[in-house]
Amino acid sequence: MNSIGIFLTVAIFYLFSKLYEKKRAFYLNPVMLSIIGIALILRLTGIEYETYMESARILSFFLGPAVVSLAVPLYKQKEIIKAYSKQIFAGIVFGGTLAILSAFYVAKLLGGSKEVLLSIAPKSITTAIAIGVSEKIGGIPTLTAVLVILTGILGNAVGIEMLDAFKVRDRVARGLAMGVASHGLGTARIILNDELSGAVSGLAMALNGVFTSLILPYLIELLQ
Amino acid sequence: MYKGLAIIFGFLFIGETLSEIFSLPIPGNVIGMVLLTFALLFNVINVEDIEKEAEFFIRNMSVMFIPPGVGIISYWGLIKSQAVPIFGALVISFALTLVLTAKFVELLGGGEQ
Repeated sequence: MNSIGIFLTVAIFYLFSKLYEKKRAFYLNPVMLSIIGIALILRLTGIEYETYMESARILSFFLGPAVVSLAVPLYKQKEIIKAYSKQIFAGIVFGGTLAILSAFYVAKLLGGSKEVLLSIAPKSITTAIAIGVSEKIGGIPTLTAVLVILTGILGNAVGIEMLDAFKVRDRVARGLAMGVASHGLGTARIILNDELSGAVSGLAMALNGVFTSLILPYLIELLQ
Repeated sequence: MYKGLAIIFGFLFIGETLSEIFSLPIPGNVIGMVLLTFALLFNVINVEDIEKEAEFFIRNMSVMFIPPGVGIISYWGLIKSQAVPIFGALVISFALTLVLTAKFVELLGGGEQ
């Protein structure tokens, strides 16, 4: 049974990708539907999550080389990135801070517990950094990991549609906003749409991870 | 193909090693990405050597997030008990960050349409 996880993942992703190719609607996002579909199958068949993960883990392992590979679009778009370095830097400071403050205060306003506030604050950055930051500020690292992925799914599913709806045409602005708001999962989607936006998104994801890990511990002290 | 893979996995390995040795908060893959970018900029690595392999990994990045995504079911109880603040904050904060950051950068002027 130890190939069940990888089989389920690629087969279901294939089916939902085909469906998405036919009808490009945001609610048919193949990543989101695959996660829901597999979760339902595990629940219905009683297959343990650990059994699923035994072979599915191989796929996530490739996130490592995939992130390293983002160096290639960055390199190819180097002239444009250099030309807009001020906008990119300002955008990361603005967006990175906004992501933290809005998550913290909205959760507080809606009656979130202290653990939830601390765990949700780093939700816009890439998982590995978010877990470390969450631990440092007293959040629950596993809850943070879940919230990071949910944020990424949002970006992957509706990010481009929202940028279109709000008539954002500047490709640097589109990429930067996606990388800052929804890290790798947002980048994975927008890079298929436009290489320049994708390169900026990958860069924004990396820089926002560093920026957030540096300011969040101080910001949290001020907020409490 | 193996040259490209060796370079990409090599930079991943270097990034992970540096992250561990100096116990940095930045994950090894992000360090590897930054180092590889510099290696390309300073012509230590030829982009032609890794282009195809990098493109393959990037094009298939979405599927790699599915297994950890399914892991959410293990925390369903925790999420359900705080569903309103969690989902409210996620959706509102995501929308605000995405749209306002994009508008902010656009206002600063750029114009690559």
